[in-house]
Amino acid sequence: MKIQTLKDLEKIKAESLASLELRNEVAPDTGDETCGLEKGTDHIQILTCGGTGCKASDSAEIAARIKDCLKQFGVEDKVEVITTGCFGFCEKGPIVKVMPDNTFYTKVKPEDAAEIVKEHIIGGRRVQRLLYIDPETNASVNDSKHMNFYRKQVRIALRNCGLIDPENIREYIARDGYMSLADCILTKTPAEVIDVVKRSGLRGRGGAGFPTGNKWEFASKSNSDIKYVVCNADEGDPGAFMDRSIMEGDPNSIIEAMAICGYAIGAKYGLIYVRAEYPLAIHRLKTAIGQAHELGLLGDNILGTGFSFDITIRYGAGAFVCGEETALIHSMEGKRGEPTLKPPFPAVEGYRKYPTNVNNVETWANIPVIFQKGPDWFASIGTEKSKGTKVFALAGKINNVGLIEVPMGTTLREVIYEIGGGIKNGKKFKAVQTGGPSGGCLTEKHLDIPIDYESLGAAGSMMGSGGMIVMDEDNCMVQVARFYLGFIVEESCGKCAPCRIGNKRMLEILDKIVAGKGTVEDLDKLEDLANVIKDASLCGLGQTSPNPVLSTLANFRDEYMEHVVEKKCRAKQCMSMLNYIIEPDRCVGCHLCAKNCPVEAISGELKQKHVIDQQKCIKCGTCMSNCRLHAISLK
Amino acid sequence: MEQNKINISIDNRPVSVNPGTTILDAAKSCGIEIPTLCHINLEGTCVNNHPASCRLCVVEVAGRRNLAPACATTCTEGMEVHTNTLRVLKARRTILELILSNHPHDCLICRKSGNCELQSLARKLKIHEAPFEGGEKSCHELDKSVSIVRDMNKCILCRRCETMCNDVQTVGAIGANGRGFNTTISPAFGLKLSESECTYCGQCVAVCPVGALTEVDNTNRLIKDLANPDKTVIVQTAPAVRVAIGEEFGLPAGTIVTGKLVSALRKLGFNYVFDTDFAADLTIMEEGSELLERLKKFLDGDKSVPMPILTSCCPAWVNFFEHQFPDMLDIPSTARSPQQMFGSIAKTYWAEKMGIPREQLVVVSVMPCLAKKYECGRDEFKVNGNPDVDYSLSTRELAALIKEANMDLKSMDDSDFDNPLGASTGASVIFGATGGVMEAALRTAYELYTGKTLDKVEFESVRGLEGIRHASVNLNGFELKVGIAHGLGNARRMLEDIRSGKSEYHAIEIMACPGGCIGGGGQPLHHGDVEIINARRKAVYEEDRNKPLRKSHENPYIQQLYEEFLGKPLSEKAHALLHTNYFNKSK
Repeated sequence: MKIQTLKDLEKIKAESLASLELRNEVAPDTGDETCGLEKGTDHIQILTCGGTGCKASDSAEIAARIKDCLKQFGVEDKVEVITTGCFGFCEKGPIVKVMPDNTFYTKVKPEDAAEIVKEHIIGGRRVQRLLYIDPETNASVNDSKHMNFYRKQVRIALRNCGLIDPENIREYIARDGYMSLADCILTKTPAEVIDVVKRSGLRGRGGAGFPTGNKWEFASKSNSDIKYVVCNADEGDPGAFMDRSIMEGDPNSIIEAMAICGYAIGAKYGLIYVRAEYPLAIHRLKTAIGQAHELGLLGDNILGTGFSFDITIRYGAGAFVCGEETALIHSMEGKRGEPTLKPPFPAVEGYRKYPTNVNNVETWANIPVIFQKGPDWFASIGTEKSKGTKVFALAGKINNVGLIEVPMGTTLREVIYEIGGGIKNGKKFKAVQTGGPSGGCLTEKHLDIPIDYESLGAAGSMMGSGGMIVMDEDNCMVQVARFYLGFIVEESCGKCAPCRIGNKRMLEILDKIVAGKGTVEDLDKLEDLANVIKDASLCGLGQTSPNPVLSTLANFRDEYMEHVVEKKCRAKQCMSMLNYIIEPDRCVGCHLCAKNCPVEAISGELKQKHVIDQQKCIKCGTCMSNCRLHAISLK
Repeated sequence: MEQNKINISIDNRPVSVNPGTTILDAAKSCGIEIPTLCHINLEGTCVNNHPASCRLCVVEVAGRRNLAPACATTCTEGMEVHTNTLRVLKARRTILELILSNHPHDCLICRKSGNCELQSLARKLKIHEAPFEGGEKSCHELDKSVSIVRDMNKCILCRRCETMCNDVQTVGAIGANGRGFNTTISPAFGLKLSESECTYCGQCVAVCPVGALTEVDNTNRLIKDLANPDKTVIVQTAPAVRVAIGEEFGLPAGTIVTGKLVSALRKLGFNYVFDTDFAADLTIMEEGSELLERLKKFLDGDKSVPMPILTSCCPAWVNFFEHQFPDMLDIPSTARSPQQMFGSIAKTYWAEKMGIPREQLVVVSVMPCLAKKYECGRDEFKVNGNPDVDYSLSTRELAALIKEANMDLKSMDDSDFDNPLGASTGASVIFGATGGVMEAALRTAYELYTGKTLDKVEFESVRGLEGIRHASVNLNGFELKVGIAHGLGNARRMLEDIRSGKSEYHAIEIMACPGGCIGGGGQPLHHGDVEIINARRKAVYEEDRNKPLRKSHENPYIQQLYEEFLGKPLSEKAHALLHTNYFNKSK
């Protein structure tokens, strides 16, 4: 069936709404009252996470087993099993949610499927052991709304992730999907559409934060019969998976937004540049594009307006630099993925030399909501210059690893300690890295700055695409800088000399420092080199590549100094500076360490104190793991 | 203030430039030389490499967050540029130090020593120590083809060669492989040049700023042959050599040194010094006759005659169509190039005349070209394994040899070529410039076809540096349409038009190198100065004007050759000795 008019679209929405209403978290459940079919309801929905992370933990098997079990009990007509996108709380995945009981099961295993059906659905009792335990109160929490992880979040870009079936366009439509597109092409001029985006204050979520409306305006003013709308889905920051989750959980929001942009700038063609190592995202995008075609929401003459728009998918081979828009365009053209100097900007000369507007996945995901709820609503969220929300992939030494979305202006402290639940294993917070390899490491003193483009930049980091990696006292900041620089050296395209050779040389200096051979002069050399690379590189990747080094040098210089002067690594990460030592007062002379040492570096008679010959020791750690009395330590 | 001009200041000096001017050119216009390395722009031709990748030309622009590459940043009104602040100098020096940190420091034994742009920059920027030692210098094997040597250990990734090979020549033999620090310029999959579609045009060598791309050196082989009393060593020199080799000895570009060159060659020990121009006249006789023959059949309604006819003097061009247009092998003229016609005649007609056995005769050519090294090794041009032309030297190699022999070309006396293979007309000299072969052919074809004498031998409309040019000549009421292309990218366009039936030409001249042979891959390096190409071009036409005879068919020694040996153009003997066929080399 093709949707010909707004009425057709509204009809589909009305038909699909019932199914979704069940998923409204109306009454937060607190008590232990009956649930499942026992409650007398005749329609239950079990949502299982179908994101890449939970899938890797067998969530598909969980769903299959739940279905089997439902059949065994003969209740498959009453209980639906729906695969959704990512819920965000990846630390506790796989997630299974039962609605309308508003029950959020965590760390579910395929073996738990039967119990969920038997106990919860049939027996009417929640499976207590699968509920989330609040680490502070030690009380179990039934629903997500009462978890600290979700409490401070505002989900706009992620609004449909973990809620709808991403492979069913009707569920998207039930959530007002494609209403914004209909509204734009039926009632607004392209200039009005651009004006709404401008007024919303939305800025590019790919990292640099360029105002989206202005970008559209530039492309709209370029005179050309052929223009392109591109979705940059070349997510490349280590640890970041915001874009993947949106594509997997809500692909239609991207499609709708791209079509709106196509209308606004006068483009008929859309291209999604996605890395080939995101097969699930590609599958969901393809499914969504196919369904949108079937319904006539993509293709020729959409809603009878004469506006036509189509989207094709292009695969990237996973080069970080291809997230840079000119490199991305070259890659799509079949050329080497290398940036070229701007100007000319893609809005003037982009894909195949035609005007092209490139936006990031998360930016696109915000667009339909802005039209649904109005630019003023969107602009009311966030700070003066950074509007709306930002999705972060929270990772590292933090209790609640996962995907979060917070209003701009939220502080790092709120994210790390409230949403993130603080540092793992009660360790001490040391640094938080934002902005991926182009960002920087911020410290304790930065924890209360609001998260927005300007504040993070001023603190020596950047917003970036949304990677946020938390580090504790066990992280060596020299090693952290070296990790990111290693990534950059691996991912530099090799076009311009400062980035190609400069980063390599910086990495070599860091190698020298962690090998215990660094000097104070090396630190100056690092800083000088970093500043030149920043000042003289061709593209954004090169210009920001020294940030991890510069920010760690600025914020953790004492740690660098310890490495080069005292040859000491306080985090005990730089093996060159550490030795395995047998504590004489703990050693009982059991000889186990000596027996297991592969290089015979340990000497000592049975029942006598043992000693490690540091000249012979290869620092493999076998002795320490074999000592039952914890007499061996790394110092 | 002038209207429509952009007013900026560079180092506090006001400068007024046309819109679209780069900071680099604006600075040049007021005498400020900003150093560059990757940038090259032969204005007026299609050669333009400005990837802004070496970053040596960075300058400070007031109000801009980071430094701007002068080569690729256009001036805007009110721009305030500083080219020598501490920030700029420090960045520039650091970048050069970085480049040098991954470049061998063996300048003393480098082929490019003294002519290396990186070396000059290191001197200009006073780099006297290497602060960024360490890190593996890339370790690539030397790739030696018959014409070009690739030493990728010396490559600084300026990508000029890539631009030449891909954008200008559209050959696509080499490009960047790998990424980041491991990026290498090479044929796809790290193949050798000889396994690629390389035409050996040598334009990559012509623009390489360092010693990464050089020609195969045949000078030592020549020294041995010259010292061998059992060998008779003869030499032929191409038209474009005489207008360029003076540059290697400090003479201004475009100085004609034909007589001095002959003296130098003789002093080097060649037994006979001949001229490729003689063979160029012979080429016109054969190619011109072929054109007229095909044209006659065509005009008689024979649709099986392939039209247009394409010239075949340029060996890189021959390689190009053999690789890339194997479906059109019947279109080019079958006439061999002047170098090969010379070799063929020298080792038959002349050797017989002189009583020199073929195996004792060494024919050497001095060419502005690197593809000639490949061409003389082609199997079709050998008799029982003995090549018609034994080997070829570039203009640069000959200059080096003359210097090594303690001679200064400047102070040589003039002397004349030996005969009979040294006599030539003005028509043959202009073979050196794009459009020259066509002009020479027109001079002869016109007179042979119409039976009338040309009033004016110059065909100005076929001259110039525009990539594709065309002209028409009235032959007794028939409009002969001719086209000229130089640079293989332009040649490709011509060929694609022919393939799709859009071409209206009857004859087309194609030269692989921008500018023709004067801009060949074996010529003294122009380092991006288009004025050098222009000066050589003017000199070629001046040499033509100075010649008493200016039409190939008037060359008395050519007439004698036909009378004594070949019979007439396109005779059976001429076909056997002066024509060839082409092979499908597509990969």
